[in-house]
Amino acid sequence: MEDKREWPLYEVFIRARGGLDHKHVGSLHAADARMAIDHARDLYTRRQEGVSIWVVPSTAIIASDPSETDSLFEPARDKIYRHPTFYEIPDEVKTL
Amino acid sequence: MNAALPKIEAQALFRYVLRLGDLSLVLGQRLGEWVGHSPALEEDLGVANLALDLIGQARLLLTYAGEVEGRGRDEDKLAYLREQGAYYNAILAEQPNGDFGQTIVRQVLIDAFQLELYERMTDSLDERLAAIAAKSVKEVRYHLRYSSGWLVRLGDGTDESHARVQSALELLWPYTVELFAEDDLDRMMADSGIAPRLSEVHAAWVQRINAILAEATLKVPTDRPHAWHGKRGQHSEHLGYILAEMQYLQRAYPDARW
Repeated sequence: MEDKREWPLYEVFIRARGGLDHKHVGSLHAADARMAIDHARDLYTRRQEGVSIWVVPSTAIIASDPSETDSLFEPARDKIYRHPTFYEIPDEVKTL
Repeated sequence: MNAALPKIEAQALFRYVLRLGDLSLVLGQRLGEWVGHSPALEEDLGVANLALDLIGQARLLLTYAGEVEGRGRDEDKLAYLREQGAYYNAILAEQPNGDFGQTIVRQVLIDAFQLELYERMTDSLDERLAAIAAKSVKEVRYHLRYSSGWLVRLGDGTDESHARVQSALELLWPYTVELFAEDDLDRMMADSGIAPRLSEVHAAWVQRINAILAEATLKVPTDRPHAWHGKRGQHSEHLGYILAEMQYLQRAYPDARW
C-alpha cells in the first residue's frame, strides 16, 4: 500500500550548461510536480550546477533487472571493435 | 555617482534604505528559525534558501545605508548593534512563524510586496538602489513562486490545511496595511524618483494577491484600521526577542570574528 503521509519520490536530472545532456543527479520527495521542480532547484542547483531541470516520478522509471546483468551486458564485452578508438579527435572539440 | 539624484538629506535616505534592509533582515532571521524544524528535509533547504537570499539583500542595503550615513557604521554594526527602536522594518516581518502555513502566508504577503517594489525600483534615480533592486527582483520572483505554490497547495488542500491558512491570513492581514501606508519619508523618496509610489505598488500587490488567493480558494480579508508603526521604529514585542538572539554574540563578544 502507498503511504499517504510520505510524499512521492522524484528523480532529478540537471543540464549543466547549454549543449550538454541532462544527467541524473539524485532524487527527492515532493507532493506534486511543481514542488519537485522547486525542491530540485533548492537541493541540486545551489552551487550553480545547472541551467535546466527535469523531474520524473520515480515510479515512471523502468529499470533493467539486476539478475539479467550477464545476458544483457556480457555479450558486448568481447566486441572491442565497436569502440571508435582509431579516430583522431580535433583539439577544438570539447564536449564529445 | 548618482549625478541625476536630487539633493535629499542623507539622514532621510539612510532611514529609507534601512526600512528596506531591515524588512529583509528580520524576515530572513525569522525564516532561519525553521532550519532543523521544517516539515521535510527538502523544505528545510527551501526555507533556508529564502532566508539566505533575504540576508544577502539586507547586507547590500545595510552596507549602503552605512555609507549614506557616513559615520563609519558597516553592515555588521548596523545589524548587530542597533536597538529595536532604530529598526525600521514593517512589523509584519517580525510576526512569529506559527505553523508552516502561517509562515507561508506571511511570506506570500511580503514576497508580493517586495516583488512589486523592486520591479519598479530598478529604474530608481539612485543608481545603487536600482542595482540592488535589479539583483533582488530575481530572487524575490522565485520566493513568490515558492511561497504561492505552497499557499495554493495548502488553501486548496484538505479542510484542515485550508482552515489553518485562512485563519493565518486573517491574523496577518491587518499588518499589510503598514506596508503601503505612505508617510513623509515614503513621499519624499517617491517625489525625488528614488522609490516608486506606494499607492502604485499597492494596486499591483492587490491584483497579484487576489489572483493567488483565488487560486488557493481563500477569502480576501477586509482591511481594518491599523496602528502599526514599525517603519518609524515602534515595534511589537516580538522584535526584541529576535534581536536578543541575533545580536547576542556581538553584544557578548564585541568585534568577534569567524
